[in-house]
Amino acid sequence: MAKAKHDTSKPQDRQTANRRLATKLALVTVAMFGFGYALSPMYDLMCRVAGINGKTGRTDAQTVAAQPVDQSRTVTVEFTGLATSGLPWEFKPLVKKLELHPGETAEVKYLARNLSQEEITGQAIPSVTPGESAPHFKKTECFCFTQQTLKPGESREMPVRFVVDAGLDKDIQTITLSYSFFNTDKLSAKKYGGTSLAKSDDHAAHPEHSHNASGG
Amino acid sequence: MATAHAHHDEHPTGISRWLFTTNHKDIGTLYLVFAFTMAIVGGLMSLVIRSELWQPGLQIVNPHFFNQMTTVHALVMIFGFVMPAFTGLANWMIPMMIGAPDMALPRLNNWSFWILPFAATLLMTSLFMPGGGPAGGWTIYPPLSVQGGIGVDFTLLAIHMLGMSSILGSINIIATVLNMRAPGLTLMKMPMFVWSWFITAFLLIASMPVLAGAVTMLITDRHFGTHFFDAAGGGDPVLFQHVRWFFGHPEVYILILPAFGMFSQIIPTFARKPLFGYASMVFATASIALLSFIVWAHHMYTVGMPMAGEIFFMYATMLIAVPTGVKVFNWISTMWRGSMTFETPMLWAIGGVFTFTIGGLSGIMCAITPADFQYQDTYFVVAHFHYVIVGGSVFALFGAMYYWLPKWTGHMYNETLGKWHFWLTMIGFNLTFFPQHFLGLAGMPRRIPDYALQFTEFNQWSTAGAFLTIVSQLIFFYLASQTLKGGSKATDKVWEGAEGLEWTLPSPPPYHSFAVAPKIK
Repeated sequence: MAKAKHDTSKPQDRQTANRRLATKLALVTVAMFGFGYALSPMYDLMCRVAGINGKTGRTDAQTVAAQPVDQSRTVTVEFTGLATSGLPWEFKPLVKKLELHPGETAEVKYLARNLSQEEITGQAIPSVTPGESAPHFKKTECFCFTQQTLKPGESREMPVRFVVDAGLDKDIQTITLSYSFFNTDKLSAKKYGGTSLAKSDDHAAHPEHSHNASGG
Repeated sequence: MATAHAHHDEHPTGISRWLFTTNHKDIGTLYLVFAFTMAIVGGLMSLVIRSELWQPGLQIVNPHFFNQMTTVHALVMIFGFVMPAFTGLANWMIPMMIGAPDMALPRLNNWSFWILPFAATLLMTSLFMPGGGPAGGWTIYPPLSVQGGIGVDFTLLAIHMLGMSSILGSINIIATVLNMRAPGLTLMKMPMFVWSWFITAFLLIASMPVLAGAVTMLITDRHFGTHFFDAAGGGDPVLFQHVRWFFGHPEVYILILPAFGMFSQIIPTFARKPLFGYASMVFATASIALLSFIVWAHHMYTVGMPMAGEIFFMYATMLIAVPTGVKVFNWISTMWRGSMTFETPMLWAIGGVFTFTIGGLSGIMCAITPADFQYQDTYFVVAHFHYVIVGGSVFALFGAMYYWLPKWTGHMYNETLGKWHFWLTMIGFNLTFFPQHFLGLAGMPRRIPDYALQFTEFNQWSTAGAFLTIVSQLIFFYLASQTLKGGSKATDKVWEGAEGLEWTLPSPPPYHSFAVAPKIK
């Protein structure tokens, strides 16, 4: 860092030292920009390892079948669902809640009906509350594993098969499984979602290059 | 300044002087002029907010515009007023305080400043776009910031540019402090203002790029089909809050540490005693800066973190009260048995320490996780951060302006007007924000243009206080322009108790000062 005095006493040397230091600091800046991006995979990893954030994945049926059933207690599982504003669908669980023993396999159905005049593809995103119960909530079959395409007016009953494993904390008596159903096409979502944006639906001048959002 | 002396002060005249200048004093002036211009803009926005809140119900503006005002008021005041004003002071004072002829990278310095007016224009233009400006709060949380119209894009790009300006300014400050000090001026002999800014500059280059990352992710989510924060594509809006506050909490200290430095210059001068516990001040500042990187999630206690996380962030946050307490007690000890006089800069400094400490204490209340579930998103939080940012940073800024104005202009300001300015602001400020504590505790949410009837009275006090505060600032603008034009001649030392290299220069200092490095004992 050119702290030695003979280094910085001459203007020429001082300028070199300044430039060198500025370059190093610029590299720190670039590294921190990268760190901002690195936080995204780190966050997912942390959530997965710690089993937080209510994210549940897919479990295969064999491992679930091997689970012991804990007859000594029951857990209430509540179901809820929401079609987000960009998706003109009716979407609801056919059963509101269920009581079961940990380790027991259960199946419930959700109903989705396309209320619009065109074919629309949606994707449901599950979330489990409380977050601590998410790692113990194991789905073997779910309509959220794939995208769902409904023709105009078509309705479909869609199954979720799951097990709450016996490892669930004894203090948790109620678990809520909730789904948010999203329109996978941003342009189509915008078409139906105008109401959620106060006064901002006149976007004629807005160059909209949204790609098909089917990535996830 | 316009009255710069002619002898060996050759510089271009007219507009090109200001456009192409690489002189740290000129650039410091530009920053300050820009900052106070933005303060007027942001201040007027706060009056729109307070006028609407004079009565329950909707009277003056529609809710969407109200939300744009709260959002843009915050962005303007933070990125347009306080940060550039502090950078302006750094530009003016750091070279003069460490015996350097100029900043280390003068041409970069020019560029850092001239990004700002363009960024500010972009931000203000967003308000006139179809769909209006950003209305989802200065925190720009998704999903609102992903859904909004083109005004949000303007804002995001403006934030990018403002961030870039701060990063370049910070690189310059670090290089200046490390390479440009006069021979013999070791790090532990540097004035506290220089130390505070030196540490702040590191905070800036470590945290601003993280915000830039978050903003870039928002932009690509909006336009290029990525799904960092879009739940529909497997993203997570809470991730944004983590990334944003990883920047946001250091940002809070970026707004206050230079203010601490100003308190540490002003209080010893008017107590006529050296700063109490200089070394502990340096280490306290550094530890506040380090701690600021591990407390971010205290802004998001209610997102559903696991208990272990809540407890960690609560204790880490409360730990910050220790070095902050060290600083407050050091200022009080500096004044203890000093030969105190109460010129305007000292009034601002003492007043600032007082109001900042109130804000610090309500900050500890907010740090307590279970209590914060009650305070989250209420006017209590609004009261808290205005006590630290206005009561701390802006009071310190005014103190510093009065402290160094005679040095910059060569004229003494009008002491009577200065005192009027202080006392009216002090009364107006407390009238505005103190009742907001009660409103928040009673459950009035922030960022909503309407409220329940029982909140009317406190809101009317608050609105009256806001008008008093903003109108009182006219005194400052009048006083500053008068001081610029003339007034009684300031001595080189200006203040009887002033210590430091900047006071060895003439008032006003020559255009090029310390071309030959001064000798340090």
